Amino acid sequence: MTTTAEPTALEFGKARTRKEDARLITGRTRFTDSITPTGTVFLHVVRSPIAHATITGIDKSAAEASPGVFGVYTAADLGAEGIGLPHVWPLTPNEKAPQRPLLAIDTVHFAGEGIAVVLARSAAEARDAADLVEADYEPLAPVLDMEAAVADGADLVHPSLETNVSDVWVFDAGAAGTGGDVDEAITAAEADPDSVVVRRRFRQQRLIPAFMEPRSAVVDPTGEQIVMYSATQVPHVLRTMTTATLGIPESKLRVIAPDVGGGFGGKLSVTPEELLCVVVAQKLGKPVKWTETRSESLLAAHHGRDQIQDITITAKKDGTVTGLDVRLLADMGAYLELVGPGVPVLGAFMFNAIYKIPAYKFTCTTVLTTKTPTGAYRGAGRPEATFAIERIMDELAVELGRDPLELRKQNWITHEEFPFTTVVGLTYDSGNYEQATDKAVELFDYAGLRREQEERRRNGDKVQLGIGISTFTEMCGLAPSRVLGSLGYGAGGWEAASVRMLATGKVEVVTGASGHGQGHETAFSQIVADQLGVPFEDVEILHGDTQISPKGLDTYGSRSLVVGGIAIVKATEKVVAKAKKIAAHMLEASEEDIEFNAGQFTVRGTGQGKAIQEIAWAAFTGHDYPADMEPSLDSDAVYDPENFSYPHGTHLAAIEVDTETGHVDLRHYVCVDDIGTVVNPLIAEGQVHGGLAQGIAQALFEEANYDEQGTLVNGTFVDYTLPSAADLPSFTTATVETPATSNPLGVKGVGEAGTIASTPAIVNGVIDAIRHLGVREVEMPCTSQRVWRAIQDAQGKATRETPIDTHSPGAGLGSIDPNNPQGEVQ
Amino acid sequence: MAQVRVTVDGVNYADDVEPRMLLVQYLRERLGKTGTLIGCDTSNCGACTVSLNGQSVKSCSVLAVQADGTEVTTIEGLARDGQLHPVQSAFNECHGLQCGYCTPGMIMAAVDLLGDNPDPDEHEVREGIEGNLCRCTGYQNIVRSVQRAAQLMKPGASVPTETPAPVAGGN
Repeated sequence: MTTTAEPTALEFGKARTRKEDARLITGRTRFTDSITPTGTVFLHVVRSPIAHATITGIDKSAAEASPGVFGVYTAADLGAEGIGLPHVWPLTPNEKAPQRPLLAIDTVHFAGEGIAVVLARSAAEARDAADLVEADYEPLAPVLDMEAAVADGADLVHPSLETNVSDVWVFDAGAAGTGGDVDEAITAAEADPDSVVVRRRFRQQRLIPAFMEPRSAVVDPTGEQIVMYSATQVPHVLRTMTTATLGIPESKLRVIAPDVGGGFGGKLSVTPEELLCVVVAQKLGKPVKWTETRSESLLAAHHGRDQIQDITITAKKDGTVTGLDVRLLADMGAYLELVGPGVPVLGAFMFNAIYKIPAYKFTCTTVLTTKTPTGAYRGAGRPEATFAIERIMDELAVELGRDPLELRKQNWITHEEFPFTTVVGLTYDSGNYEQATDKAVELFDYAGLRREQEERRRNGDKVQLGIGISTFTEMCGLAPSRVLGSLGYGAGGWEAASVRMLATGKVEVVTGASGHGQGHETAFSQIVADQLGVPFEDVEILHGDTQISPKGLDTYGSRSLVVGGIAIVKATEKVVAKAKKIAAHMLEASEEDIEFNAGQFTVRGTGQGKAIQEIAWAAFTGHDYPADMEPSLDSDAVYDPENFSYPHGTHLAAIEVDTETGHVDLRHYVCVDDIGTVVNPLIAEGQVHGGLAQGIAQALFEEANYDEQGTLVNGTFVDYTLPSAADLPSFTTATVETPATSNPLGVKGVGEAGTIASTPAIVNGVIDAIRHLGVREVEMPCTSQRVWRAIQDAQGKATRETPIDTHSPGAGLGSIDPNNPQGEVQ
Repeated sequence: MAQVRVTVDGVNYADDVEPRMLLVQYLRERLGKTGTLIGCDTSNCGACTVSLNGQSVKSCSVLAVQADGTEVTTIEGLARDGQLHPVQSAFNECHGLQCGYCTPGMIMAAVDLLGDNPDPDEHEVREGIEGNLCRCTGYQNIVRSVQRAAQLMKPGASVPTETPAPVAGGN
């Protein structure tokens, strides 16, 4: 009955292929839209095409008479006018937080906001009927530009709030006692002939997470508990927030995140559609299903980034940085998303990055506009911070006539200085920036490429070469619960795990981290195999269902391994401790004499032993076990991290720019990341690749564009241009390893690293290629048109403005031409 | 209603369908072939790619009635006798997928690409799968997977050493 197969070597560090692939490569999958209980009623949302307007009337009669329609409901029809979507991260007690209804009540506040829902027998009938809903609108002034929105006399998104400023959040190192006063540093630098002050404005354009699986929810109210399937990253958060918002006992809702097709922060939300499915399912007593189209997703699912960053850095002329001042305007959109304002504020602790900056201040103004709300998107606050500091380090290097890499070296925390407490009061436990940089420089041939760059400049080549640098760090493993509490976040940052030893020696591991592509099943199985000394194949990872995994805080912020993985380790340690007692009892030895190694409990100095599987069987039968314990090895743990983890790395990009066309070609990309110890190098490398692609896409390809009426003009995959395989090169990736000291595995997290690091590397490279032509800044995405225009501007040549500056207005496949959104014939 | 007779993954079907029904809707909603997925509404993403008479098509851009009289292979019919297709094996071996949502379409596109070009270089693979979007992998391991599959499919090539568990219900 028991198996005693011994693993031959440690699983930790092995490039295991993934166990989850077997289903995914054969189509034996269970994504939410593939789940349709018998009798399901389909929900379609009628959305406002206008950004800001008073709803003067909704005529539902034609839709209600349409075949197969069960009903057409507004918020009032559902009695849902008083229900507000949850927002769990208020920045200060003064925050102005407009309540977001499930469906717009009298006024729509962004294009894409729902005004009614149609319920019908099929998705097609629901959609047909939705087209028959006649809504009348009285347009109001759209509020689109953040600076105009915060000016006196601005048109207001929510007049009852009397301002478009939702909040102002400040971290002042001088006041906090963690560093110097930045205003004093700037004043001193301005007065000092041996110092410089560099001021720059950077823009973080608006992005769309664009996970491949559109969002979907199925709510089945036909059992004692309501069951909700949702394409979500956060089944536990969704359960708690849905029940708290709708006044349902938490125990009456089971949330299942089945296979989930990517999230990238875009599925870290509690959406109106999920709550509407619950409300309508309860009303009809039938399962209700909603699946968005891609165009709906791009329009109405939360967006990311969208900041204006005013950065001031001061330094001695010898290169020593003396102060950094950060002022942000952050576009929240029309309402505050679940964690919306927390996103820019997470960046507050990362602008100082890897550098020893003595004086620092961060001021973030969160702004309401009539656009789609913004929320988490891969990196959440840290890409924005990393971009600004890495861009301005390059600008400072130019100002001082220094090599940008040398200037960074002069200011970064050296490896002898760890643990190092930064100007924001965070303690970086480990790292070695020299090691990562040396390796990257070597793999990249930094010196050789600098020589080539010189040569091309000298020859006036049409295609110029730029070298982009980003030496980044991030805080991840969200997060110590006390820190989140001090930042006003509405929950903790712990994670839960349970380990169940089954009678036959197989192991079930329950985790509260809810994976959606990261390879949790494989990586967690490797960890457990080593901890318990059982075969990798004998470990089953269970997650993503609040009934199976009742406790958890889900997956985001590179937390699954560094928080969830450690919770699993803690639970396995308890299993081993219990098993040791039973082993001692069975072997008639003292517990102190029992050694545990590779799944075997042996009496020290003898050949006598028992395998963990034999002990699992003994615990199951319960025939003979110590009197002072329960007959079970099963154990739970909740792990609350003591600190963030701080992966870092050096990313180098060789960029070619065609100075005649503005075309940017990413010729070569090298990154050397220190992500601590690596459980599975195959999976870790895959995470880096994907992260790089998203960060590079911000630098070169993607932007959500609104016209002057507040309409999203590139809301399809035709013109919201995700990179394809043909748009990206192969990357050279490598790792170095300084183990984290804040957790027993030494792991740091990898999910966001590539995205955080790569964007500034690319933009620094683009500007480096054309700086000698007088270019100082190119806004993202660095499209051919923008780069070309920057070159023309720098040389004083006039260019003709186009209303919206995108590089690729689609291929005419039903898309809206951003330069002619109304489709007018010229 | 219009009638469609079609063979999908080796099974013959005859159905009345709305003339406007897309092939992908027919596969998913009528035949339960939910292995084929929908990722967009503009035929850009390729998640719904299937083989129609041996040619890869985006099944969102084919009407079900247009498939009348054809033979369709979806991701669910690619493995034979419980043996994975070499492209499937290669995607596992080279970590060519993360969330797996683009994977059915990506694999079907890759099968077609390798039919046309049995030994593509990196550039040819990248151009060949340009019509299929992936948000997770950055494509590098997808490219590796396709090139690995090309090796596995060469005449006389041995089967891969490490494969996932046999496919339940494979035909």
